[in-house]
Amino acid sequence: MPTDTLNSLGEIAATNTWGAIYPEMILGCLALFLLVLEVVLPKFAHGAIPRIAILGQILLLGYIVVFDPSGCCNGVAFGGMIELSGTGQALRIFFLLASIFVSYLAMVSFENKTLARVEYFAITLVVTGALSLMAMANHFVMLFVALETATVGFYVLVSYFRQNVLSLEAGLKYLIMGALSSAILLFGIVLLYGAASNPALAGSSEDAMNFQNLRAFLEANPTDSLAIIGMLLVISGVAFKIGAFPFQIWIPDVYQGAPVSTTAFLAVSSKAAGFAVLLTLVKTFAPLSSVLVPVLTGIAALTILFGNFAALTQRNLKRLIGLSGVSHAGFLLIGVIAAQAVPQATNWVLFYLFAYLLGSMAVFAVFAHLPKVWDSDLELDDLGDMAKRNGFLGIALAIGIGSLAGIPPLAGFIGKFLIFVAAFKAELYVLLGVGIVGVVISIYYYFGVIKAAFFEVWRFTDEDEEAEAAPALPGATLTGLGKLTIVVAIAGSVVLGFFQGPLGSWLSGQ
Amino acid sequence: MNDSVSLLHFAIAIPLLAAFATLWAGKLGRPAVQIVSVTGFALPTLLAIFAWVSYNPEVAGGYDFVTRHNTGLEAVGISLHLGLNGVALPLFVMAAVVGLAAGLYAAQSKAENLSRYLFCLLVMQSGLMGVFASIDVFFFYFFHELALIPTFVMVGVWGGRERSYAAMKMTIYLTLGAMLSLAGLIALYVKSGAESFDLITLKAHLAAAPLSDTVSTYAFGLLLFGFGILVSLWPLHTWAPLGYGAAPSSAAMLHAGVLKKFGLYGLIQIAVPLIPGGVGQWEGWIIWLALGNVVIVGLVTMAQRDLKQMLGYSSVMHMGYAFLGIAAMSVIGVSGAVIMMVAHGLTVALLFMLSTMIHHRTQTFEMEEMGGLSKKAPVLSAFFVCGMMASIALPGPGLANFWGEFGIFVSLWQFKPWVLCVAATGIIISAIYALRAIARVFFGTESEDFQEVQKEHTVIDMTWAERVPALILIIVLFFIGFFPKTISSSLNDALESEPVYATTEAEQGGSH
Repeated sequence: MPTDTLNSLGEIAATNTWGAIYPEMILGCLALFLLVLEVVLPKFAHGAIPRIAILGQILLLGYIVVFDPSGCCNGVAFGGMIELSGTGQALRIFFLLASIFVSYLAMVSFENKTLARVEYFAITLVVTGALSLMAMANHFVMLFVALETATVGFYVLVSYFRQNVLSLEAGLKYLIMGALSSAILLFGIVLLYGAASNPALAGSSEDAMNFQNLRAFLEANPTDSLAIIGMLLVISGVAFKIGAFPFQIWIPDVYQGAPVSTTAFLAVSSKAAGFAVLLTLVKTFAPLSSVLVPVLTGIAALTILFGNFAALTQRNLKRLIGLSGVSHAGFLLIGVIAAQAVPQATNWVLFYLFAYLLGSMAVFAVFAHLPKVWDSDLELDDLGDMAKRNGFLGIALAIGIGSLAGIPPLAGFIGKFLIFVAAFKAELYVLLGVGIVGVVISIYYYFGVIKAAFFEVWRFTDEDEEAEAAPALPGATLTGLGKLTIVVAIAGSVVLGFFQGPLGSWLSGQ
Repeated sequence: MNDSVSLLHFAIAIPLLAAFATLWAGKLGRPAVQIVSVTGFALPTLLAIFAWVSYNPEVAGGYDFVTRHNTGLEAVGISLHLGLNGVALPLFVMAAVVGLAAGLYAAQSKAENLSRYLFCLLVMQSGLMGVFASIDVFFFYFFHELALIPTFVMVGVWGGRERSYAAMKMTIYLTLGAMLSLAGLIALYVKSGAESFDLITLKAHLAAAPLSDTVSTYAFGLLLFGFGILVSLWPLHTWAPLGYGAAPSSAAMLHAGVLKKFGLYGLIQIAVPLIPGGVGQWEGWIIWLALGNVVIVGLVTMAQRDLKQMLGYSSVMHMGYAFLGIAAMSVIGVSGAVIMMVAHGLTVALLFMLSTMIHHRTQTFEMEEMGGLSKKAPVLSAFFVCGMMASIALPGPGLANFWGEFGIFVSLWQFKPWVLCVAATGIIISAIYALRAIARVFFGTESEDFQEVQKEHTVIDMTWAERVPALILIIVLFFIGFFPKTISSSLNDALESEPVYATTEAEQGGSH
């Protein structure tokens, strides 16, 4: 009997290439290890746990970047459950990088609060692993399980500040909206499964949830109405995750109420995972592109316009960045649509995501250090005197906002530029026009942030008097680790804007 | 493919490095800041003058000092490809000279946070050197934006009246212009089939297979209006007087003098040679809007009471002539436009600087509240009269502006005589506002307000710190005025090698 078990275990190990998902497994183990540490370590040493979490992730990231930058193996694994590819590996690096930033932001924003801490970091690790698997999913079951793992983790992370009403409200809204979107997604999956596993139709398959099989079915039946409805529902479910119009309604409230680290996590990682799924799904649904492309085009145009117009009137910082993130989703959608005609555009979307990550993290790191008990109350006015009170954070804010606004010589500009090139190549002229209008509108509110932070102070006043009147920024203390984290984000934005170097051949899709 | 480092790299990198060194020198005190920043402006100027002297027009392809580096996007068709041809060279030199003057003036000014102010100015200078040295269209755009961003910051932070509003209006207008021209450049990249932003490659591809009519209509339209907003083409010019009115003088000098020429330069080097069909399709638009610049904005300039606003409007007005010279599509018209761009850059920088000096003495920009300043400050008044005479292109004193406008007018006579008749009214208009400004500010009796001001401030003449930058600009202006061949010979060679300018003239020559 034991030999049988061992044999079957060996068989599982041999067929399922567990080694292919070692980063996710390490993340999971690290999460469990943190929980064990909380029990084992004496209370005074608990402060080290977040640092251990960050260190573990940095080591893992370093290992992947140095030894395994393009992924150990290509092709499908786990019986077609996941697909390993260069894109998947790039996203793995993306999620790890984002989660390191998120863990740091959490450390900062928990500084003056009495809360259970260790769980936050453990959940962050689990969610990161889940998002990473979601990006590699090649099967609806895998996709849904990974998505739910991530979403359930997010329910906790959003409402983590349980003494803050806004955080609880955000948690409730995210729960209801998340459940709704999962239900829609699931319904779409079921319809697709039902259509594609109907043996009466050509190209049907017993394993219809596998993306390759589904695609084969759709190629044979490109006008199947059940499949088209299923596809639209699945796309709607994903649109919730990326915050695309008209499924963006939850964004302002949830982004505002959630702790700043969770907001960053949602804005960056959750959105990127949505786009990873979308990139895969667009390939799967390619036979239905006569329906899909117009739908996505409409969504992209409205998303850009809605995000930018809604952000114009915002004074709450996290709502503003949240809504600007909606418009970024629109730009990314342009890239996703263009990727069908222009293969390199997939990598350009990833570049845009990396630029967005670095810009957003710099901005959120500044928010985390602003003097407010609850970061949900941060307003534009709280940025006043930024340059005078803390020049370092001022520079970080300027570079972060500049990169998000797509101003050269920062990474965000190269990202937008490549998306525009892709749109032109794919002949998406309407979207290109909307994108240009969007950029011009967005300049107005990004400029407003810069104005609030810099212009009001440096006026013709007596400098000494000002300096005495303005107290040192009483927010969270900016430690050496914090400075290093912020420097990484802004240096990344600047360097990727000037010199793409080794990324060049990757960007050209070679 | 990476070439060796050339002097153009240094001309771009030195101001950028000096910018950061200036920030750091801020801790060491004012003299250190001044030395570091002035070095950062002076070295590129020396390099530019060296390039001017040693420029060899015989080189293959017309570009000298060519160098090319891969920054990572070569596979996408973008590389740091630098070089100067006959069109770029005079503008490159002008950018360096105006930069030096603006830097010298800023270094002695009383601006708050001097090191940060000079940081912005040096970054701007680096971008300006890059704009005219780029053969790669992407980097041409990139360097323009690099120079543009500090302008907004300088207007918003160190600006005068209404700076916040002016900075925002400038930002939105200029972003729109930049985005439209970017879309036009991407259109060239994609539709030419070259998959490259290299101007030489693009030219070769488009010479072999010109764009279809539809594509050339919209691509040229995007470039025309994109660049047009950046050059303040009427009626998209409203950001310019407001922005220059609010901008601190050094920023206004560099923007109005140099950066604004980006759009015209783009039309001359990129849009017209690459899309020759587009000019014909948009000819009526260019002529009417440019005449709007000359006549309508000219009349508005006449109505100004504020000295700085008047200068802002007059610089918008002069851009109309440059557009007309380009619309004529002949070697003489375009070379006239380039000489006028160079001369105008030097002149408007001089005038913006002098107007700030006048403000220091009269505490106002309102011309009604000045008067009789020439008695107190004769040197200042001599400089100002000289600058104004140059600005209205008086032929007498051998100023460069005359050659520019003269060339444009000759080309307009060959092109469409009626346009010349309308445009020539601009000469009268500019003579009226220039002479009236000189009379109001420097001559006549002192106004009551000015007498009040004098009770509190003693009015002194120009100090040497103020004279040096002004002299630099005036000397170069006279030099080009007396020896226009120093720039026009290589300029004409470069333009004649462009089939679009050369053939148009040949055809016209045949029809006359």
